[in-house]
Amino acid sequence: MTATENITTAGAPASVRRRRGRAGSGGAAPWILISPFLALFLLTFILPIIVAIGSSFTRVTRSGLFGEAGVVTGFAWFQNYAQALADGNFVASIWRMFLFGIVQVPVMIVLCTILALLLESASARWPGFFRAAYFLPYGIPGVIATILWSFLYVPGLSPIIDMASAVGLPLDFLGPSTVLWSIANIVTWTYTGYNMMIIIAQLKSIPTELYEAARVDGASSWRVARSIQLPLIRPALVLTTVFSIIGTLQLFAEPQVLQDVAPAIDSQYTPNLSAYTTAFAYNDYNVAAAQSVLIALVAFLLSFVFLRLTNRRSS
Amino acid sequence: MTATAHPTANDTRSLTTASDSARAARRRSRGDDSDRSAGRSPAKTIIVTVVLALVAVYFLVPAYWVIVAATKTTEDLFATNGFWFAPTFALWENLGRVLSYDGGVFLRWFANSVLYAGVGALLATYFAAAGGYALAKYDFRGRDTIFGLVLGGVLVPGTATALPLFLLFSQLGLANTYWSVLLPSLVSPFGLFLCRIYANATVDTSLIEAGRIDGASELRIFHTLGLRIMTPALVTVFLFQLVGIWNNYFLPLVMLSDSDLFPITLGLNNWRSQVDRLPEFYELTTGGVLLSIIPLAIAMVVLQRFWRGGLTEGSVKA
Repeated sequence: MTATENITTAGAPASVRRRRGRAGSGGAAPWILISPFLALFLLTFILPIIVAIGSSFTRVTRSGLFGEAGVVTGFAWFQNYAQALADGNFVASIWRMFLFGIVQVPVMIVLCTILALLLESASARWPGFFRAAYFLPYGIPGVIATILWSFLYVPGLSPIIDMASAVGLPLDFLGPSTVLWSIANIVTWTYTGYNMMIIIAQLKSIPTELYEAARVDGASSWRVARSIQLPLIRPALVLTTVFSIIGTLQLFAEPQVLQDVAPAIDSQYTPNLSAYTTAFAYNDYNVAAAQSVLIALVAFLLSFVFLRLTNRRSS
Repeated sequence: MTATAHPTANDTRSLTTASDSARAARRRSRGDDSDRSAGRSPAKTIIVTVVLALVAVYFLVPAYWVIVAATKTTEDLFATNGFWFAPTFALWENLGRVLSYDGGVFLRWFANSVLYAGVGALLATYFAAAGGYALAKYDFRGRDTIFGLVLGGVLVPGTATALPLFLLFSQLGLANTYWSVLLPSLVSPFGLFLCRIYANATVDTSLIEAGRIDGASELRIFHTLGLRIMTPALVTVFLFQLVGIWNNYFLPLVMLSDSDLFPITLGLNNWRSQVDRLPEFYELTTGGVLLSIIPLAIAMVVLQRFWRGGLTEGSVKA
């Protein structure tokens, strides 16, 4: 928390910093101001997390043939976790997301970095139009984007498949080996422009003096990009990568919608789809809770490892 | 908590560029683009523009396809080239059917989405502003604990809480009501985080003290002074929350079973899932998709300048 303090005030001159200190305890006022947020935060974040952890450690047993003799809820230790991890399909879905992330996240980050650098370079014409065109998909909900792309993936409907087969190239977007990358395409399409905007914002905060100094030194645009722009947009790159890693593990809408047209996608294709199926198709909320907790833990762990790696390299 | 506290400390560094980007904006308005374009060569301009145009084709193709598809009859949809218009122009018939199908349920879904996203984002922004301001400008017991919890909340993905939230809401009798989607939409941990940073950097304590000397109450000072100064951050928080709620699929899917309460994402997917049995749903779906992306496309282009990337939340592929 102290880190936040130092950084936020770092830009302000010392005199301003003194004046912008806190305005005292304020009596009940801060509590009145924060209570609506706090109440809703407790209800929709803290309580569900406690419920999830709680139910991931309990087990409901029904006695009698049809559960007519009553329901007993008991502490189950790590039984639900063991059951979740013993489920080969669930574990496979996590590995599938690793594979997906190792390919899709770098492709997207490289793509959006190149686009941001090109748009911010002096050579780009109509940058406003291109920026809007790239950013547009972010405003289209993932489900709708998937509906759109699914029409472009389905044989008979897709003009892309028609055109490719006209030149003798058979395309199958929905086969067992290709459908994962068809999903990757939808995700890349949706979020590249958005990540590009984050990077552009950071590029715009680079002081002009640095560009001027580089020009005086006769640096080429390639050199400027490599030695000035890339090192200075590092925080934006780290941020977009971390959120992409977390997002990858949350993948749900795309495979769920494509399920109807792609038989290769089973009901446990991604970890989240797996938890959803366990909860609503098998009505096993306790194992589903264990799966949700595991997904969140893996997401935290991966972001943590990634941040550790990037921190070590910078220091 | 250690696992969450560490990454957030790093995020802070990149997120706290509020003053940076403000400085950059001032610089841009002075028109420094001219001095950067000095080294422009025609050949390079052509190559870069061609590359950018090709990438633009990729991003615009699905939107173009749906415009073309929405003008076709179901037979033409399969019989003619998907990238070009068919001889029969059926756009108005298709859109008419989208709007009138099932007693105008499409308009109802659209109105639901506007309600969830509009009301949700507005209230979420107000609550985040009040909370962020309180954390930034007052010293009170538990302040750091609250902030730490909220920072952890920024990193908790929405889909992780949706399932337990459903269990909780079913016990409270809230599942399958407007509240079940609206209540979780009112909380934006990221918004509070951003508002706190912004209030810290921009709201001057001497102004608050001047307000007190004038006899204004603390709440009045927040509403007249704090909210006004924080407006730029509030616009960003509002837009993120608006798009976040509008695009949300998992939460309403888990919560709602009554199709009258569906937002547009759930409704259109409901139509799409019926195309195998009834091919007429192809036309309803493409027409509905077209109608639903028009307002957003306009909003994205018009509001582009309000998206201050340095203050952004990041991809949440829910």
